[in-house]
Amino acid sequence: MRSAGAGLRRCDKNDFEAFADMQPSSSPAQTSPRANLAGWLYVSPLVLVLAPFFVAPILVVLAASFFATDGFGGLTPGFTLASYVEVLHSALTLKLYLATIKFTVLTWVFTLIIGFFVAYFLVFHVRNQLLAIGLFLLCTVPFWTSNIIRMISWIPLLGKEGLINQALLGVGVIHQPLEVLLFSDLAVVIAYVHQLTIFMIVPIFNSMARIDKKLIEAAIDAGARRFDIMRLIVVPMSKSGIALGTIFVVSIVMGDFFVVKVMSGGGSASVVSAFYEDVGVLQYPTAAASAVLLTLVLVAIVSLILRTVDIRQEITR
Amino acid sequence: MSAVAANMPETAVPSTTRAIAPSKGGRPWTFYVLAALFTLYVIALYGPMFCIYILSFQDIRGGLVFPMKGHSLHWFVDLFTQVRTGDVKGSFDRSIKLAVIVTVITVVVSFLAGLGFRKRFRGDTFVFYMMIGSLVAPGLVLGLGTGLLFQALGLNASWYSSALGAQLSWTLPFGVLVMFAVMSRFNHVWEEAAYDLGASRWQSIRLVMIPVLAPGLVAVALFGFTLSYDEFARSLQTAGSLNTLPLEIWSMTLNVTSPSLYALGTVTTIVSFVVIGASLGSIVLIQKKRGSSAKG
Repeated sequence: MRSAGAGLRRCDKNDFEAFADMQPSSSPAQTSPRANLAGWLYVSPLVLVLAPFFVAPILVVLAASFFATDGFGGLTPGFTLASYVEVLHSALTLKLYLATIKFTVLTWVFTLIIGFFVAYFLVFHVRNQLLAIGLFLLCTVPFWTSNIIRMISWIPLLGKEGLINQALLGVGVIHQPLEVLLFSDLAVVIAYVHQLTIFMIVPIFNSMARIDKKLIEAAIDAGARRFDIMRLIVVPMSKSGIALGTIFVVSIVMGDFFVVKVMSGGGSASVVSAFYEDVGVLQYPTAAASAVLLTLVLVAIVSLILRTVDIRQEITR
Repeated sequence: MSAVAANMPETAVPSTTRAIAPSKGGRPWTFYVLAALFTLYVIALYGPMFCIYILSFQDIRGGLVFPMKGHSLHWFVDLFTQVRTGDVKGSFDRSIKLAVIVTVITVVVSFLAGLGFRKRFRGDTFVFYMMIGSLVAPGLVLGLGTGLLFQALGLNASWYSSALGAQLSWTLPFGVLVMFAVMSRFNHVWEEAAYDLGASRWQSIRLVMIPVLAPGLVAVALFGFTLSYDEFARSLQTAGSLNTLPLEIWSMTLNVTSPSLYALGTVTTIVSFVVIGASLGSIVLIQKKRGSSAKG
């Protein structure tokens, strides 16, 4: 009875959507002044927060990148490209970008593989809906706890006297504790993957959950093998989830500094961790110029990804 | 994100169509491989966290790694009494207060924006991309910009002004995205019915939309609270002279090498778990209440 009720409600909703689809699609150009006013009234609080705390700070950083400095944190308003010349000419910049790209690509590959298969497992292999939601929540709970704490929680495991080294020594695989486990690039990537896989799981889970199971049954009836179903149905239909997850992972890794700083033990640096050091010694214009360049790179990457998927359509669908 | 899951039971597909081909009948070998992968993932997700919770209960001889040296609450006492570990109590208070303020603002603003984005209006794409920009911009850069802005305007940076705004630039995009997911599952017929029965716009929001969307709003509140409570990069340059808890933890990771650090991790995670539990619990409660009143 209950499922019939749910089916009915769902049916109603679909009918309504079908009805809405028949209406001439209202592009922004066709909206009435009244609708425009109402829309802006509803989003005005959002705009009133984002204007001073997102748009203005970005403009301030942009302005600061053109200012001169006295070297003690004082800024002289003006227009000079000196900071950009300095940043672009420094061999360090290239090194920082290469390191950042290395971390980003490695993290992206691992979070994508793990995230994709975890989502696939939850959507297609867990038969009980409640259990699937429960397991999904189990994956999301750590997202709501402190990132810093989750990062330092690797210390007792990866350290020189950590559990992993103790176990390997105990088994006799190694005779000297491995030092590359903690305070290394490996530790940085582990911490990133640990924190960010959830950003892949959630959007991929969402787009996979929308795949009509009848499609897969039809494919099986038509003689498709498991691999073909994956390649021809599941992957293309979860593309938007993958794109969304990629935006999250790439922008967080490229904008991060504390994981690099702590987990590499100071041995590695990324663009933003160098920015952090610059700010620490009050080199605001150089830091700002480097931040502007990074933002441009990020915008380019994100808009490339957005070309493949209309994320607003995706979320509201 | 979670709102999607939280709202699933309501619009759930009947369970008969749920049993899909690859797992019909006997389990294929891929099931066991993926189940193993999933288990490993969950262990790797929670394992390290539980290590530090356990290690925080050592006695005074305790170190940063296993084996456990005794059992006591020494490092928790140490955390709140020692000057060496900084102003943990004060920063804890501030973080909770700030998170509550951020939560209230996030819920109200996200709800309104969610209402606004239901219909197209001129400039909606601009507002949408402004929000996405605020989400993906490097937090430290935004924080520095906000800090410099306050400096240029002659205002003092503090946790309740500049840090509040900086955190909202992070929690609001999340809140609105969750609202999108929630709103897309809202059946507009109910709202139409309210109007047909003579409800005003405000009445339809208060008496129809808010009760129906309550679980989603709780989810937005959960995001607002936890993202603010754990926020670090955007607060670093904007909190002024008084630290929030994550900033305190950050400075401890650089100076303190005792299990106090782990004790702080345990304390802050308990707070997070209480908030998560309360949120998810109230979502389940609302859904249950609905189920029983629908039957009766």
